[in-house]
Amino acid sequence: MIPELGQFALILALCTAFVLAVVPMVGSFTGHTGWMDMARPAAAAQAFLVSLSYACLTWAFISHDFSVLYVANTSNTSLPLIYRISGVWGGHEGSILFWCFISALWTGAVAIFSRALPPVLLARVLSILGFVSIGFLLFVLLTSNPFERLFPVPVDGASLNPLLQDPGMAIHPPMLYLGYVGFSVAFAFAIAALISGKLDAATLRWMRPWTNIAWMFLTIGISLGSWWAYYELGWGGWWFWDPVENASFMPWLIGTALIHSLAASEKRGVFKAWTVLLAVLAFSLSLLGTFLVRSGVLTSVHSFAADPARGLYILLFLGIVIGGSLLLFAIRSNKLKSTASYELVSRESALLLNNILLVVACSAVLLGTLYPLFVDALGFGKLSVGEQYFNAVFVPLMLPILLIVGVGAMLNWKRDKLKGRSTTLVVLGVASIVLAAFLTSLLTHYRISAVASLSMAVWVSASTAYGIFYRFRNKRKRLSAVMHTPAAFWGMSTAHIGLAVFTVGVALTSIYNEEQTVRMALNDNHTVGDYDFEFTSLEQVRGANYSAAEGRFQVSRNGDAVSEIVAQKRVYDVRNDTMTEAGIDAGLTRDLFIALGEPLDGGNAWSVRIQSKPFIRWIWLGTILMAFGGFLAAIDGRYRRVRATAGSASAKSTAAVGSAVTGSAAVAQRSAPAAGATGSSSNITF
Amino acid sequence: MSLFLKLLPLALFLTVAGFLAKGLTLDPSELPSPLVDKPAPQFTVATLPEGGPVFDSSSMAGQVWVLNVWASWCGPCIAEHPYLIELAEQRSVPLVGLNYKDQPADAQQWLARLGNPFTHLLDDRAGDVGLDWGVYGVPETFVIDSRGQVRFKHVGPIDEKSLRGKLIPAIDEVLQGAAS
Repeated sequence: MIPELGQFALILALCTAFVLAVVPMVGSFTGHTGWMDMARPAAAAQAFLVSLSYACLTWAFISHDFSVLYVANTSNTSLPLIYRISGVWGGHEGSILFWCFISALWTGAVAIFSRALPPVLLARVLSILGFVSIGFLLFVLLTSNPFERLFPVPVDGASLNPLLQDPGMAIHPPMLYLGYVGFSVAFAFAIAALISGKLDAATLRWMRPWTNIAWMFLTIGISLGSWWAYYELGWGGWWFWDPVENASFMPWLIGTALIHSLAASEKRGVFKAWTVLLAVLAFSLSLLGTFLVRSGVLTSVHSFAADPARGLYILLFLGIVIGGSLLLFAIRSNKLKSTASYELVSRESALLLNNILLVVACSAVLLGTLYPLFVDALGFGKLSVGEQYFNAVFVPLMLPILLIVGVGAMLNWKRDKLKGRSTTLVVLGVASIVLAAFLTSLLTHYRISAVASLSMAVWVSASTAYGIFYRFRNKRKRLSAVMHTPAAFWGMSTAHIGLAVFTVGVALTSIYNEEQTVRMALNDNHTVGDYDFEFTSLEQVRGANYSAAEGRFQVSRNGDAVSEIVAQKRVYDVRNDTMTEAGIDAGLTRDLFIALGEPLDGGNAWSVRIQSKPFIRWIWLGTILMAFGGFLAAIDGRYRRVRATAGSASAKSTAAVGSAVTGSAAVAQRSAPAAGATGSSSNITF
Repeated sequence: MSLFLKLLPLALFLTVAGFLAKGLTLDPSELPSPLVDKPAPQFTVATLPEGGPVFDSSSMAGQVWVLNVWASWCGPCIAEHPYLIELAEQRSVPLVGLNYKDQPADAQQWLARLGNPFTHLLDDRAGDVGLDWGVYGVPETFVIDSRGQVRFKHVGPIDEKSLRGKLIPAIDEVLQGAAS
């Protein structure tokens, strides 16, 4: 009964989505206020219905309802509660329903928090989100119904892939989806702007916190995935340039470009068409990512569900959404004109350079990801593009970004002169190299590559710190000035420092990583770097739904005990999958990583993979700082204040819409002057 | 902004979409090889671990054997690997692993981690042998009969379906041909 209720709710949600996609949109053209006003209740109803449906599927998992095919395929009685809840998004059908769920929640959130938006804009934005919802709800109902029944009912289910039975993996997909789907909000604003031919500063200011939050979730999602791959796949790597990883990284790169270009568009009225294009691209790449993962077009270690029918559906949907948006862009983008000029040395130029580099980097990743497909489709055979390509192309593109990030952030809008700061910057640059050279001497070996990459990281931090100092240089009451600085400025600085921390992690891990695979019997010793590893015990242990061989290793350094590392080789009950559960002694300056390979000589010895990974934690520390920066920027009080003023403005414009058929133009004109005044009030605000 | 520039994103997307549509119709495991039913290229090559005996392909004459081209840098090879182990358990034909354009240390670590199904491990770090065999990409798998003819070729990773539906039947067919 409950699964049928879930399916019924989903069908009703689809009907609601149709209403949401059609009625307010039509109303926004004809000027029927009542039609436009349907957007918010429809969005709320959709959020409720999809949540209900999702709750029903969750209930089927919790109550072990194996008469539901999807539950029988992904869960079983020995699965702990937490993984039964996360198992809902552990397979194809559930993860698409989960996508719908997140999308409905985002739409509902826009309906709640954007009450003060001009009604025409709000109606269109919610309508476009409803249109996207239709696509995914239809996808679930037509090709991937998670509520399909199974008869005869099995006694027990097949269980969740053990790779996914892990806390990191349990929250990785929700974060990723919150990011992917979150970009649909910026997308909807962009399409609404293209339809009306207007993109004013007020609208752009609305887009910024939504985009920041989506970007924050995507950052967290990607780094959780990387962290999970690090300790769960047993390879000790943290990024593999795998198609599925690339699928999440491409929207991130474009999303990063979008955040920066939104700042320039809002503050200075430049790059408007470009911002709209980036918003369309960020969401398009999220959809493309879904296509690549779900269709089985590319071979990947991650490929979960390969089904051409599903692939064809998503491709059609992609064609309508992306093709339609880009066509609209081609026709309408000439309406979005830049309203200001800027000079070569200005923050606009720095942001433009940042945008170009990020977009080129994203194109390079896209090319590498799809290249095997291009070659195959043209009949030139099969190949796989390895890490070498990505590293060779991607790293050089990131170097200029590191060089300009700190300086760009301290430049004034419109025009600036580096005069007066150039001496300080040169001194900082030299100091960065000297400090990096010194820091490298503290590491195990002296490497020029380490000096170079540390210089970049120190330079990013130093120039960011100088930017903070420079901002407050002339203020009499420094403390009060610091207290009154908008959160967005601190968000930006935090994210940029995060980039520096991330750079340290990536560089030192790849340069100083030491790894050895050795044969070890009980009580054997092996030395890697400064550390001595002793294989002290080997036992069979029993977990909730697996049994494991558990090896213990005593780690010592120069005779002093450091820690004990426990590594497991698990065999899961139902599916008989083996999993390497690596043992990691984590530290701020290094991780020691042990993974059990295969038993040798009939179990008397094991092949053991030992790795020392300096500063690998800094990679995730950096991404946490970046995500926190995105969060700080999103909660800036400026956005809430604007909401209050825009509220009164929209009250006035509602009357205009009611009386005039050309309501949308009236609203846009009314809100534009106020926004322009805020935009040009100060040169140095972020 | 000129019309051309404005249409560029759409044009690029349509190109990609065209390829994606074509991609849906392609089976990654099917590719005709000019080598099928032709004599296998002869070669001699060093083996791994380093310092071992040199492998001469003529020494395989008179038996049915399988050549798998792989590398530690190849992602799909990881997906394929459990099925190679299964193949080694199910059919007792020599399974020769050609380690293609790879570093010996990386390759040996890879095998130590995932298990070694290969009866012979060949070191083709320069890719010369792969060139002779017309290797498009990694992984690829060949079945060679007792007269030294290539009888079957599989491109891309072996999965459960292709192992049971294609590779094992192909080996069985060749084995029966050798027996009769």
